[in-house]
Amino acid sequence: MKILVAVKRVVDYNIKVRIKPDGSDVDIEGVKMGINPFDENALEEALRLKEKGVATEVVAVSLGTSANQDVLRHSLAMGADRAILIEASADLQPLAVAKLLKSIVTREQPNLIILGKQAIDDDAGQTGQMLAALLDYPQGTFASTLQIEGEEVTVTREVDGGTETLALALPAVITADLRLNEPRFVKLPNLMMARKKPIETINAAELGVNLDARLKLIQVSEPAVRKAGIKVNSVEELLNKLRSHEGILV
Amino acid sequence: MKILILAEHDGLQLSSSVHQAVTAAQFWNSPIHVLVAGHSADAVVQQAASIHGVERVVHANAAHLAHPLAEDIANLVASISEGYDVILAAHSSFSKNALPRLSALLDVAMISDVLEIKADNTYVRSTYAGNVLTTIQSTDAVQLLTVHGSNFTAASLGGNAEITSTETPAAFKKASWKSEVRSQSDRPPLGSAKIVVSGGRSLGSAEKFEQVLSPLAYKLGAALGATRAAVDAGYAPNDIQVGQTGVVVAPELYIAVGVSGAIQHTYGMRDSKIVVAINQDPDAPIFQVADYGLVADLFDVIPELTAAIQ
Ligand SMILES: Cc1cc2nc3c(=O)[nH]c(=O)nc-3n(C[C@H](O)[C@H](O)[C@H](O)COP(=O)(O)OP(=O)(O)OC[C@H]3O[C@@H](n4cnc5c(N)ncnc54)[C@H](O)[C@@H]3O)c2cc1C
Ligand SMILES: Cc1cc2nc3c(=O)[nH]c(=O)nc-3n(C[C@H](O)[C@H](O)[C@H](O)COP(=O)(O)OP(=O)(O)OC[C@H]3O[C@@H](n4cnc5c(N)ncnc54)[C@H](O)[C@@H]3O)c2cc1C
Repeated sequence: MKILVAVKRVVDYNIKVRIKPDGSDVDIEGVKMGINPFDENALEEALRLKEKGVATEVVAVSLGTSANQDVLRHSLAMGADRAILIEASADLQPLAVAKLLKSIVTREQPNLIILGKQAIDDDAGQTGQMLAALLDYPQGTFASTLQIEGEEVTVTREVDGGTETLALALPAVITADLRLNEPRFVKLPNLMMARKKPIETINAAELGVNLDARLKLIQVSEPAVRKAGIKVNSVEELLNKLRSHEGILV
Repeated sequence: MKILILAEHDGLQLSSSVHQAVTAAQFWNSPIHVLVAGHSADAVVQQAASIHGVERVVHANAAHLAHPLAEDIANLVASISEGYDVILAAHSSFSKNALPRLSALLDVAMISDVLEIKADNTYVRSTYAGNVLTTIQSTDAVQLLTVHGSNFTAASLGGNAEITSTETPAAFKKASWKSEVRSQSDRPPLGSAKIVVSGGRSLGSAEKFEQVLSPLAYKLGAALGATRAAVDAGYAPNDIQVGQTGVVVAPELYIAVGVSGAIQHTYGMRDSKIVVAINQDPDAPIFQVADYGLVADLFDVIPELTAAIQ
């Protein structure tokens, strides 16, 4: 069984991004980048399935510029067998990403495709569902556990108000929630070794997919920031303050 | 021009977020239709028909829609989408699952979790864990979006919409619903509660989370929330996680107890009207977003606070 994992390169989750002075976009020049945290969970799950003997090959794929090689090296160092870079300009939108991933699925024929449930930069949370639709595959989104038996994958999903369990026929598309697993740390020797592994590069233009942007970025701005209020010294003072707001506490 | 709203419900009760979606849909000043997909969900159809501003309720009734799969919902909406210029739903785990699938079926870009509608194809949404507000314009002929419920007031009752039924496409065969676990709680739902009491990792165990926070929540009629660290540690169920990857809340009063205030958490609560933070570390970032901060050990002051409230 082959598993394909999509890994996105995003601004590190610890970084508060800045906005360009003209408000035309965010300024990510020189900012620390890394693998989307949810995609680390996706890859970790694929690797565990391989270690359990369920999967035989794990392929990581990333879409973007040659800078994305770093997240693919990270994926190889975690344990992916192969890495594919689909070279395209940076601002791919989810539909275009899904279409490009579909062409890789057609070529690689994986039995399972695991993505992150959302990318922490754009927070769209769309790509996995779109890919599943384009392939007419079943989808198991926001997965917190998954189990494979024969030609079926059972997925527990985190939903509003609890969890839900679905059974999907393979091949299927899964999107990983953070609680799916705890991703392993990458050891330095593995990172050194991953540097020597080849990364297959495909030019997006060769895949015959229309990459035209459907969404136009008009402007970016900073949300109104909450101002820090005051410190109170006791429970009594706190209650007095709260009671001074109409209707909050009796 | 016509607008279709995908309604969320549990078979008996229409989600209150549908009322908010109706208000959002009124931006376009055009007839609003609501799709209710379910099995024997007639009560829900009636509730939808009574929302002020809804012209028609489209009812899809089929056994396999009792626990609807994203695949079936996407196929159903696609089958009736002809003639609709705007398709929208309130943002929730239900719509997040189904509408991107529809987006690919229709080959129309989708805009998730819209905070504000600026023009009939221009929207404001938040990105980078809420650190950036992004205004985007969709160039597609059909506008497909989910809206952030709490940013729109709920449409009132008093409507009397026409009810029609529609054919449901055959069930998707490659997936099946097995079971669900609903968190049992007599507290108000987190998403719509007026007061939320949230606890962090510092509570130390599931037992203490319950023992320390529940009496306070009970007295205040509040919902309980939690940080990811508390959920990951097993102190609280996943569906009460507040933040970027959990629920976004905007209650009248948010009480953060032993919560450090990571941006991924504050993203989920910073639109609250009044924020109270209780933390023993005077430099905890949560104080930067709190109206009232109390530097203290939560195990001392939460019982004291609980006792002091009638
Ligand atoms: C108006 C607008 C302007 C934009 N401007 C810019 C810009 O200036 N610069 C820029 O870099 N981006 C830009 N983007 C792109 C944007 O940041 C996202 O990359 C894109 O919309 C995909 O959405 P997402 O990553 O949030 O997808 P999600 O649906 O949240 O991603 C889910 C999962 O899909 C997979 N995935 C998504 N993208 C990739 C990828 N590239 N490679 C591999 N796997 C992937 C991952 O597994 C990920 O976890 C813009 C987007 C829009 C809509
Ligand atoms: C991709 C990604 C997504 C994430 N999404 C979310 C999300 O949706 N929601 C979320 O909450 N987090 C999220 N996180 C995690 C987030 O970054 C923080 O790690 C988390 O919010 C911290 O939880 P905490 O405040 O309970 O724990 P800690 O950061 O450990 O803070 C504990 C606090 O309790 C205080 N404390 C300890 N003992 C006491 C006591 N006796 N009395 C009073 N105060 C005490 C300490 O001073 C400290 O400030 C995400 C992280 C990533 C990487």
